[in-house]
Amino acid sequence: MSAEYLKESASQTAGPYVHIGCVPSFAGLTGMYGGNDLGDTMITGDVKGERITIEGYVFDGSGAPAKDALLEIWQADAAGLYNAPTETRGQADPNFTGWGRQPTDGDTGRYRFETIKPGAVPYPGGQMQAPHCVVWIVARGINLGLNTRIYFDDEADANASDPVLNKVELSARRDTLVAKKSGNTYTFNIHLQGEHETVFFDI
Amino acid sequence: MTQTAKPETGAFSPRDLDHQPPAFTPGYKTSILRSPQRNLVSFENTVSEITGPTFGHQMLGELDNDLILNYAAPGESAIGERLIVHGRVLDEQGRPVPNVLVEFWQANAGGRYRHKKDAYLAALDPNFGGCGRTISAEDGSYNFRTVKPGPYPWPNGANDWRPAHIHFSVFGHGFAQRLITQMYFEGDPHIALCPIVQTIPDETAIDALVARLDMDNTIPMDIRAYRFDIVLRGRRSTLFENRLEGN
Repeated sequence: MSAEYLKESASQTAGPYVHIGCVPSFAGLTGMYGGNDLGDTMITGDVKGERITIEGYVFDGSGAPAKDALLEIWQADAAGLYNAPTETRGQADPNFTGWGRQPTDGDTGRYRFETIKPGAVPYPGGQMQAPHCVVWIVARGINLGLNTRIYFDDEADANASDPVLNKVELSARRDTLVAKKSGNTYTFNIHLQGEHETVFFDI
Repeated sequence: MTQTAKPETGAFSPRDLDHQPPAFTPGYKTSILRSPQRNLVSFENTVSEITGPTFGHQMLGELDNDLILNYAAPGESAIGERLIVHGRVLDEQGRPVPNVLVEFWQANAGGRYRHKKDAYLAALDPNFGGCGRTISAEDGSYNFRTVKPGPYPWPNGANDWRPAHIHFSVFGHGFAQRLITQMYFEGDPHIALCPIVQTIPDETAIDALVARLDMDNTIPMDIRAYRFDIVLRGRRSTLFENRLEGN
């Protein structure tokens, strides 16, 4: 390429103290930003759709849970619309932000999102994708934020034809992207490394 | 620069991974067990990656971008070298990226974080919290006031010290633009010695994270300024977009 463009700023690890900047109340800076950590609440009113919990751990290559990671999820509302100015297909549910941010617990390593089951959204060309959340993970020891997706195990037919899941050549690896339902809770564990390494995407 | 009436909704240019640190960087020991070993799976951007959360200016408190005052008792202020940090959020085409949330956090002037897991012996400053945020203006500009963070030792090699740095979390208009990085200070000899900085394989990419002293925006007898521009991924060109054949 000969044309001159700027280069994206290089990433650096979020470090162990990411909480100070991103979830200051969790970090103990009580009262900062009115005492509300941004992204803590995704449901802001009488939301449409099925309320669910998504929870799990982020495991390192030794199988130990990361107790200093930060996760963000971004998802459509129950009708499959994103609450964003760049959403051109319609107006999303005003009672749902679509964006959540949660730290893993400093003692147990568990994370938890209270959200709704997302609706399906299209793939370029018009085919539908299976319902999913996109996920971004940062932590000490992660140099460039990791992108993955959460799919849902009660959407087997939609998952089987999902164009992104089908980019993953080994079918066993697709299972790393599928959360397991029990009641209203989906468990989604992320393995940074090892035999069960989660599929991460270059988006 | 006039405001675009409609946000752009195209796919992003592929990320240039040669300009980014790889996941496995054994000089930074924590990366050894936290680095995926398999290839990243690529696919074209969908609406899930092209869209992203946005935040309104009304969310901001008056002192959110003033770390000198936003944790200080009334009439008090944080201890340290007073600084303005400012710059622009741009995309890879050099266009301003307006209305995006920029969050920042840092150690105090002695190199100590206000965090229960930081046990460094440097003292906490009761008037310094170490976090702030702002939203970029129509021309992509942002600014905040703070004190210069101190360098500090960290457990990695036997005698590793972080250069003075400020952490940045930056949103774009699409989730694929999400970025976390660190800003360093011109002339700091620790930059060349730091295993975290040196995870970045490209010297020009490191240099782009080094803020420059900006005497033009330094306020005499008050506060020095440093300039730091942030570049987010750009959207792919939409030239000839409507002339494609097929779908």
